[in-house]
Amino acid sequence: MLLREVEYVRPSSVDEAVRLLGANDGARALAGGQTIVNVMKARAAAPDVLVDLNRLDDLKRIVVTGDTLELGAMTTYTQLMASSEVEVARPVLAEVCATIADVQVRNRGTLGGNLCSNDPTNHLPPLMVALGAEMVILGADGERTVPASEFFLGVYMTAAGPGELLTTILVPAGRRAAFDAITLGADGTCIVSAAAALDGEVRIALGCVDAVPVLVTPASADEAAVREAVQGAGLDPPSDVHASGDYRRHLAEVVAVRAVRKASERS
Amino acid sequence: MEPVTSQTITVDVNGTSYEREVETRRLLIHFLRDDLDLTGSHVGCDTGNCGACSVILDGALVKSCMLLAVQADGSRIETVEGLASEGELTALQQAFSDHHALQCGYCTPGMLMSATALLRQTPQPSADEIKKGLQGNICRCTGYWNIVDAVTAASGQEVASHEA
Repeated sequence: MLLREVEYVRPSSVDEAVRLLGANDGARALAGGQTIVNVMKARAAAPDVLVDLNRLDDLKRIVVTGDTLELGAMTTYTQLMASSEVEVARPVLAEVCATIADVQVRNRGTLGGNLCSNDPTNHLPPLMVALGAEMVILGADGERTVPASEFFLGVYMTAAGPGELLTTILVPAGRRAAFDAITLGADGTCIVSAAAALDGEVRIALGCVDAVPVLVTPASADEAAVREAVQGAGLDPPSDVHASGDYRRHLAEVVAVRAVRKASERS
Repeated sequence: MEPVTSQTITVDVNGTSYEREVETRRLLIHFLRDDLDLTGSHVGCDTGNCGACSVILDGALVKSCMLLAVQADGSRIETVEGLASEGELTALQQAFSDHHALQCGYCTPGMLMSATALLRQTPQPSADEIKKGLQGNICRCTGYWNIVDAVTAASGQEVASHEA
């Protein structure tokens, strides 16, 4: 398909990328392109300038510092799946990435792209909220760090505003976490999803039930406590061709219980 | 570097180097098909779902309708045209022929590239690994069984009987 005319630039540093994003209101970061290129084909968005981040190796680092896994925003799903650091510090991340779409998408799609596009059906926003990750955002005025629970603001909207760039995701290390979802076919789009982390307090983040992930913190990992917490969350999920709101509310409880059960079996 | 709407790029496709000026809005699939006349890679859905446009870019399987041609600047690209050498089919292509792994053939170039990438990484894949490796490729004739058989055979493994 012929895209609308768009300017393109390949910055050679992260600072240059931020400068370019700030220099034009119509500039957008081009990460893996597995969402934005389609969106541009459909003319659902028409950026004036694409700032291609794909050659910025500084954004592809995977480092463990103490109890924190530092992930560059441009790490691909394939890279996360193959990373020994991820396998040791936060194996759930590799496990979830292996269920996103297909080989081709996993080879190009990135952690930062998945988080910043913030489609409510995306896998990684609820996972990051459950894990208590932090997002490092760089702008013209410097760097700030935002907890995942405050990063997702609305459908396709995050705390990384115009002229800003998500550069690094800080994930606390731990092994007792899991993800469960009802999907459209194997490894397809999520209809409802839940991520659970049991390393400290019990944290469950539900996906596809609201514009942003919904965090629930049951008193314990007991099934009854989990069900009660999800029921008490006042969910009012949207209805669509795949599931009614009522059915999604029911499924949210089911996937939350499954995710917690899987997480509690890990050590 | 400042934003531009066209750029000269250099790519190596199947061992041949090409230098062309491209509009930055041009998708890689159209660059391959229309600028380089390499029409083996197909446009199926044009929405990143069907995988008919799959090529191998610097060793990684990608859908060429999901990236811009300028993004491939300096890269090495493998397309279906690069598989057979001097008329000699690869083991995988021969297995596709032997096992009748194509009906209309439209998805075949993408299937071949995905299976080629899979076999490089996993030389003896299980049936499940083959299905997972070909997940991004849709065959609308739904001839999947024979495709899995062909990949199994190309890996030197015995093909299971489908007799009821």
